[in-house]
Amino acid sequence: MTEAFEPKITAFVCNWCTYAGADLTGTSRIKYQSNVRVLRLPCTGRIDFMLLAKAFARGSDGVIVSGCHPNDCHYTSGNYHARRRWMIYRNLMDFMGIDTRRVTFSWVSAAEGARWAELVNEVTTTVRALGPYTEYKELALTGVE
Amino acid sequence: MDLREKARQLLESGEVKAVIGYEKGTMGARRPVFVKKAERADRLVLDGDCAQNLATYLTRPEIRKLGRVAITAGPDALRAILQLMAERQIEEENLLALAGDGTVELASAQAIEEHLALAPKELPARDRELLERLGKMDRAERWAFWQKELSRCVKCYACRNSCPMCYCGHCTMDCNRPQWVPVASHALGNLEYHMVRAMHLAGRCVECGDCGRACPVGIPIHLLTFNCEESVHQQFGQRAGASSRLDYALSTFRPDDKESFIR
Repeated sequence: MTEAFEPKITAFVCNWCTYAGADLTGTSRIKYQSNVRVLRLPCTGRIDFMLLAKAFARGSDGVIVSGCHPNDCHYTSGNYHARRRWMIYRNLMDFMGIDTRRVTFSWVSAAEGARWAELVNEVTTTVRALGPYTEYKELALTGVE
Repeated sequence: MDLREKARQLLESGEVKAVIGYEKGTMGARRPVFVKKAERADRLVLDGDCAQNLATYLTRPEIRKLGRVAITAGPDALRAILQLMAERQIEEENLLALAGDGTVELASAQAIEEHLALAPKELPARDRELLERLGKMDRAERWAFWQKELSRCVKCYACRNSCPMCYCGHCTMDCNRPQWVPVASHALGNLEYHMVRAMHLAGRCVECGDCGRACPVGIPIHLLTFNCEESVHQQFGQRAGASSRLDYALSTFRPDDKESFIR
């Protein structure tokens, strides 16, 4: 009998909203799925598109990118710039055949602890149903990284 | 008056320091030539076989230090010139574009814009067909398609070198400490390289298709940048190379940008 599949989820979150929101989830004692690895960056605008590809190459089955709601950016417009980039990048990923169901973009504010838990649970359930991202893992195995 | 005579005149009068055009290469091919002396203007040719986008040379330091140059430019090269002006890479006063049969002088961005307005951009039929075919595939098939195509990539960087919009002195592809994109030509490195190339050109690609033409193994890589360009056009309503005063789509924003996937 093989072990049941547990997805690895990588979350790229902004320091000012989603990270604080995820912190609040913890201090509020809200329980949620433990499949997520949180990586904190200064701003959604600082999340390079290649980081998402790198996450998949290093064995993630799903990726979350989350930052401040529009108008709430600590740096005024980082999330607006990021949003434009994701609009283009998501189309390109789809065009190149990368499974966009495995990438979730969202806005979670510092006050939305419950929403963070909900988001992670939802994404984990979706990715668990999709199964491991073998296509990309096989690809990464050919690499020499 | 034909192109050769025009070039001779321009060089003799000192109006330009060089004329960038095409000459006969081997096996009937056309190759770029940089004519700096009036008596060498006879080498110039301009016909249907002259496909390369010569605008790619305008940002090279060797050309920039010459001063004012003339360049034979079809619609794609003209668009590239406008985009380079928008990105502050070339100056209006340093350039004379020779359009049409090589005798139509376009000395300013405005003249180029007006000239281009007469001929709207259309994708070649082959590219349109392939794009349609890809659009009908499901995701897994598209993945298989690109994996098969990209498996032939040898990372020669001809696509990068032929592109008029790739002008950075230091390219992240040549950077090996830290190494962001694997240099070796293997499946992962190839995917990441082409992903980076497409994203760095999103909103800037003028869709000349020279990267695809330059590819020695015939991978339709130009479709990747075309896809980004199409998204930019659909979502932000602008096309690269349309004007010399265009904001780079990905370094600006509108608070009311519409998307449907962010939760």
